[in-house]
Amino acid sequence: MSSVDPSLSIANPEPKDTDVIQKAGLALAGLGVLVLFLSWGNVAIPASIGLPVALLGILVGTVIYSARLYLNQPEGIKNNGVWFKSLTSRGVLGWVAGIILTGFYVILYWYPEYIGFKAGGNEGMVALFDPLSMFFKGTPASQWFVYGTLYTLCITALGIKFLFKYRHNRYQFIRTLVVIASQLFLAYLIPEILAGLNYNDVTTSSGEYLGYFNTDLKNTWPLDYDFFYDWQLNAFQQEAYQPVGTLYLIVGIAMFLVVTPIITYYVGKRWYCSWVCGCGGLAETAGDPFRHLSSKKLSAWKLERWLIHGVMVFVFVMTAATIYGYFWNTGEVFGLNIYNNFQKPYGFLIGATFSGVIGVGFYPMLGNRVWCRFGCPMAGYMGIIQRFKSRFRITTNGGQCISCGNCSTYCEQGIDVRAYAQKGQNIVRASCVGCGICSAVCPRGVLKLENGPEEGRTDLPPIIIGNESIKVSN
Amino acid sequence: MQHIVIIGNGISGITTARHIRKKSDHRITVISAETDHFYSRTALMYIYMGHMKYEHTKPYEDWFWEKNRIDLKRAYVEKVDTDKKALTFADGCTMDYDKLVLAAGSKSNKFGWPGQDLKAVQGLYNYQDLESMEEYTKSISRAVIVGGGLIGIEMAEMLLSRNIPVTFLVRENSFWNNVLPDGESEMINRHIKEHHVDLRLGTGLKEILSDENGRARAVITDQGEEIACQFVGLTAGVSPNIGFLEGSGIETNRGIMVDPYLETNVKDVYAAGDCAEFRETNGERRNLEQVWYTGRMMGEALAETICNTPTKYDPGHWFNSAKFFDIEYQTYGWVWAKPKDNENDFYWEHEGGKICLRLRWDKSNDKLLGVNNFGFRLRHHAFDKWFKEGRTVQYVLEHLRDANFDPELYKTHEQDIINQFNAENGSNISLKKKSWKRILQLVSN
Repeated sequence: MSSVDPSLSIANPEPKDTDVIQKAGLALAGLGVLVLFLSWGNVAIPASIGLPVALLGILVGTVIYSARLYLNQPEGIKNNGVWFKSLTSRGVLGWVAGIILTGFYVILYWYPEYIGFKAGGNEGMVALFDPLSMFFKGTPASQWFVYGTLYTLCITALGIKFLFKYRHNRYQFIRTLVVIASQLFLAYLIPEILAGLNYNDVTTSSGEYLGYFNTDLKNTWPLDYDFFYDWQLNAFQQEAYQPVGTLYLIVGIAMFLVVTPIITYYVGKRWYCSWVCGCGGLAETAGDPFRHLSSKKLSAWKLERWLIHGVMVFVFVMTAATIYGYFWNTGEVFGLNIYNNFQKPYGFLIGATFSGVIGVGFYPMLGNRVWCRFGCPMAGYMGIIQRFKSRFRITTNGGQCISCGNCSTYCEQGIDVRAYAQKGQNIVRASCVGCGICSAVCPRGVLKLENGPEEGRTDLPPIIIGNESIKVSN
Repeated sequence: MQHIVIIGNGISGITTARHIRKKSDHRITVISAETDHFYSRTALMYIYMGHMKYEHTKPYEDWFWEKNRIDLKRAYVEKVDTDKKALTFADGCTMDYDKLVLAAGSKSNKFGWPGQDLKAVQGLYNYQDLESMEEYTKSISRAVIVGGGLIGIEMAEMLLSRNIPVTFLVRENSFWNNVLPDGESEMINRHIKEHHVDLRLGTGLKEILSDENGRARAVITDQGEEIACQFVGLTAGVSPNIGFLEGSGIETNRGIMVDPYLETNVKDVYAAGDCAEFRETNGERRNLEQVWYTGRMMGEALAETICNTPTKYDPGHWFNSAKFFDIEYQTYGWVWAKPKDNENDFYWEHEGGKICLRLRWDKSNDKLLGVNNFGFRLRHHAFDKWFKEGRTVQYVLEHLRDANFDPELYKTHEQDIINQFNAENGSNISLKKKSWKRILQLVSN
């Protein structure tokens, strides 16, 4: 088949006329992105104008464009041309986007000076965000503040696009509202406000730094792998941060030990992965156009099980060493330096390279859930609960499957959903994040995410119902 | 160990092969002229629309066949010699068999319209049709589709995905209303128009006109109107693909004649799927069943017979499904376009005009006979069991929440449905809460 259109269009290669309002929206969003790039290149744009133009331009422009695009069409699945578009079918634009994203992450983690982060006074893109950082907490922006702001902007703007796209599907609509709110409030506004109120990240007037602790409530260990690091445990207990510090310490431990297993038992890991998690939030919104790029091969599943559980064991060992080091204050365990042998390799290989550079940078190549599927130890932990002790399953609807493959194709976690559906078997898989897209794209109403009794949850029926030819003897 | 040769790698042939392999050690060969591997025919439209690529429509990875010792052969069978138990291929090679399964599917109907064999005139059934549609719909300004059924509306959706304007000629006065009752049919008419299809009801094809290169340039309708177009889709149904059996001694009518065991008049030769035609009518079912699900079930039954457990093809209660643009359709049991004399009828439609439910039940004993649901989903297990248990329409409505298969958080309509039913029938049914206990009983065999 020569279906792949050589055009580089990011929208439909055979477009209906993009109307004036859509073009205006695109231009506005494009202007916002342009301002970011120009400031990166040290073009002197006053931040007081440049920052609102960049942030509001991207947000408002995206909303105008997507509202106009989707509201002009009847409600329904909008996957036309997904495999023809250069950006979403590993074409030239896909590669360009992948390289830019990967490069951005490399700079962010290891060379923040190249986006303008300077201890003595920011320049370039980081300087552009100084006024907003000053507004929240009275200090100049860091590269992480820039990243957090852009991350939240992406989830919000592209989340709203997703809301228009899936407005017919109430599960998707409500889920995405929660995703946006979780990022905006729990991950962004509340932490910045707490810092502004001097409950975190404080440097005293005498120049003493009081420390930093994670104030994103939902960013739970082991995804938040440095939760038990010395500096963080000390910051939790910093006198100036009380009672907030202790509260976050207690809630953080409870999230892992109590909250996660209980909720995962009742509704599956989706409550976290596709409803509140920040990584999941970006994957479900900005990453939505790339979900079909995940590999569905059996070999990918085999690799997945080794990798994700390997990372999980790694983080457990690393954290055990960290906690040992904290209480015994040795800096060493079995003669091994804890920082050099445990924390540093984990932070570099997993924390930065896997979850950041590969996890997001490779969206246009490997799909939007590379990290969640192959790496995330939190997902690994909940996956074990979901597989063996949970009420969650995707029920298949008797004999209605026509094996078309939409469910498998659009599964971001690379689950071969069809393999189950065409046998009439429920899908109970450790990796399912419960996004619900398989159910949405199914043209025959075969898939339903639901929570129910554990009894018979994974049974394989001897024959699909509807055929009385075959008598099953028990 | 016998050599089982299966002609056709669609759902019927492949299901037969897979189940024979599960039960036996026979040597299995599947022959297809269409594609190297089994793919889901129902997904052809999604390839054209860019939702999937061909590789995604293959339900099994390519290594599956070798691993399960199912030999695949890409060839066209020209002749079947049932005396010598041998096949002759188009390239002159031959192959012996011990048992032969004919699962060669269908071909698109052409009813002798002038111009029906021109270039850019075609149906949509197989992979080659998809390739040809790809070729002949590049940069065109209008397509005309003839035939108001499931493939026609799919083709309309495909063409619109490429922003090609479509004129849709439907001979009946309303879309698919030889199958759908008026309410459902009118709902789909409205939805087709919502998608800006130029829908011409009560209009047939008279003739297709050719340009100087032998390609379609226009159609003339039976109303005498000429409509310029560069592509004509003929989607007036399909008929069994049996041309290669001529002179084989295998009895055919419209399809290959089979008994309830799917055996033909020739020993050790069987047929399954679209191309099989039953000698004896089974209840309300047609003698030719050209549906994915029945093809699969015939394959399941036939594998038993071939593996020495003679098994009649005995499909349970009828079910089917489709999707008309954005509106999903499921049906369980029998819902005829017009109710029969012994049938009562109930129709509920949501105020938005895209969701509806129809029930038919027996006047004499209130037993449910069939349900159509559009725009929302119902649980197959529930209706299959309720039919088997002979449940009344009142029972079904009371327990409708158990059957709801819509995604979580969706608005439900059961109460509206029951309110209307009670008002129309003077009944006093009250809705029961969803019960997992009952649902698990429905699911258990």
